Amino acid sequence: MNGATYSSLLEIAAGLVILCAFVTLWRRSLLAIVRALAVQGIALGVVALVLGLHRRDVVLIVVGCLVVVAKGFAIPTLVRRVLANAPMSRETSPLVNVPSSLVGAGALTFLAYGTTRPVVALVSTSAGRLIPLGVATLLIGFFSMVVRRKAVSQIVGLLLVDNGIALVAFLATAGVPLLVELGASLDVLLVVVVLRVLAVQLWSKFAVLDLDQLQELHD
Amino acid sequence: MSQVLVAISQVAAVCVGGPLLLGLMRKVRSRLEGRVGAPIYQPLLDLRKLFAKQRMRPRDSSWVFGAGPVVLVATVVAVTAVSPLATTNPPLGQSSDFFAVVFVLLLGSVLLALSALDTGTAFGGMGSSRSMTIGALCEPALLVAILAMAIAARTSNLPALVRVGLNHPTVIASPARILALASFLVVILAESGRLPIDNPSTHLELTMIHEAMVLEYAGADLGLIILGESMRLVFLLGLFVNLLVPWGVADRPGALYFAVGLLALVAKVAVVGVTIAVFEVFTAKMRLFRLPELLAGGFVLALLGAVTAVVAR
Repeated sequence: MNGATYSSLLEIAAGLVILCAFVTLWRRSLLAIVRALAVQGIALGVVALVLGLHRRDVVLIVVGCLVVVAKGFAIPTLVRRVLANAPMSRETSPLVNVPSSLVGAGALTFLAYGTTRPVVALVSTSAGRLIPLGVATLLIGFFSMVVRRKAVSQIVGLLLVDNGIALVAFLATAGVPLLVELGASLDVLLVVVVLRVLAVQLWSKFAVLDLDQLQELHD
Repeated sequence: MSQVLVAISQVAAVCVGGPLLLGLMRKVRSRLEGRVGAPIYQPLLDLRKLFAKQRMRPRDSSWVFGAGPVVLVATVVAVTAVSPLATTNPPLGQSSDFFAVVFVLLLGSVLLALSALDTGTAFGGMGSSRSMTIGALCEPALLVAILAMAIAARTSNLPALVRVGLNHPTVIASPARILALASFLVVILAESGRLPIDNPSTHLELTMIHEAMVLEYAGADLGLIILGESMRLVFLLGLFVNLLVPWGVADRPGALYFAVGLLALVAKVAVVGVTIAVFEVFTAKMRLFRLPELLAGGFVLALLGAVTAVVAR
């Protein structure tokens, strides 16, 4: 793989990661949001694969394949199961409306670029320049956890944060050790399983997935 | 090949191609809906009929009413003559800047909105108000999209932008260009009143935007408006395809290269037009109050494009 193809492939994959973060804020249908999350997981895996192929690092390639399987297919499938009861459910009234949250996410992207400048200066590879995209994904994840009301949107927000951290890890270091990456991924998988159980419980008790309705104690 | 001939043939191609593209899109739509549909050249026949009719203008309208259609067509003709549609070396190519082209086109839209207000009817005012609202939401997205492409190519000169894509294909595959072009496409659909922003084939009071503005026009004035709108659609799509897939555009002087460039342009615009028509069959019009979401999405795409362009340089 020559230099130009490598860096443009890397740019496109990393760009796709943050684009999917924006799509989760843009779309209202929860199914579409989960689909965007799956695409983001695959793009994240492709980032690791491209880096691994470029550095001829077998471990990184294995990690990339694992990320594609876990974040592109396994986790989105689990989250989608939560929606099995109400497949048409939508994010009807987020705390901040969609155009404003998109503009807010744009501002967060700028914030990410501003704050990561010292880090980017430290890592002088073409991959290092893309670190702000990972930080921006992380911030957008936090933002979506704050402004969204549905349980599924908040799970997706958490996963966006995790994907952002993973993207920064891939781009900034020469590859995370397999054990660490495996541990982190399994952690997230476990969290999603737990959250899924909680969300399904929520649905069966109250027939809502709206967390704002849980402010009072019920007997 | 002299520059004047280049300009004339580009304008002529867009002038005939605009109505033909409308006809093609309607034909595709009819076929997909199981109808035979009118022939592709039907809009040209409609235009001939309209231009032959006597002039009818509302009694209390001023000169603005008559100026709207003329300025609309004139602005499109002016930008078509100097833009890299069939060749990367159009007349006045040095000064055909993307920003300038966009603002000249905007002049036509603004005058059309003014002339809709001129008659003082309720529908005209409603259409103008809606059209200007959408325009105000589109404009930032479009400007930032141009900025993203200009940063990546280090120029906002239109022929140079197309030439950069021709000489360095990696520029086209860069996220900056892709995001900016996606945003540009959203803006094209909004500005030319296609689905899902506006439905060009209905006259329903509650939803119409563009049709409400031109409701008072008849005869040759209406013909000019239809011609101008269709030419603008072809011009914008031609620009879009040349920025996305510049191959085929004449990069060297010579009549043969120019002819190939013209054929390539026709083919590329037809493909994009058919794609849009197929997409329109499967989409419903968006609610007016949901439009800011779509256009804010377009703006954010352009913003991301600009940010990645700054980082990648």
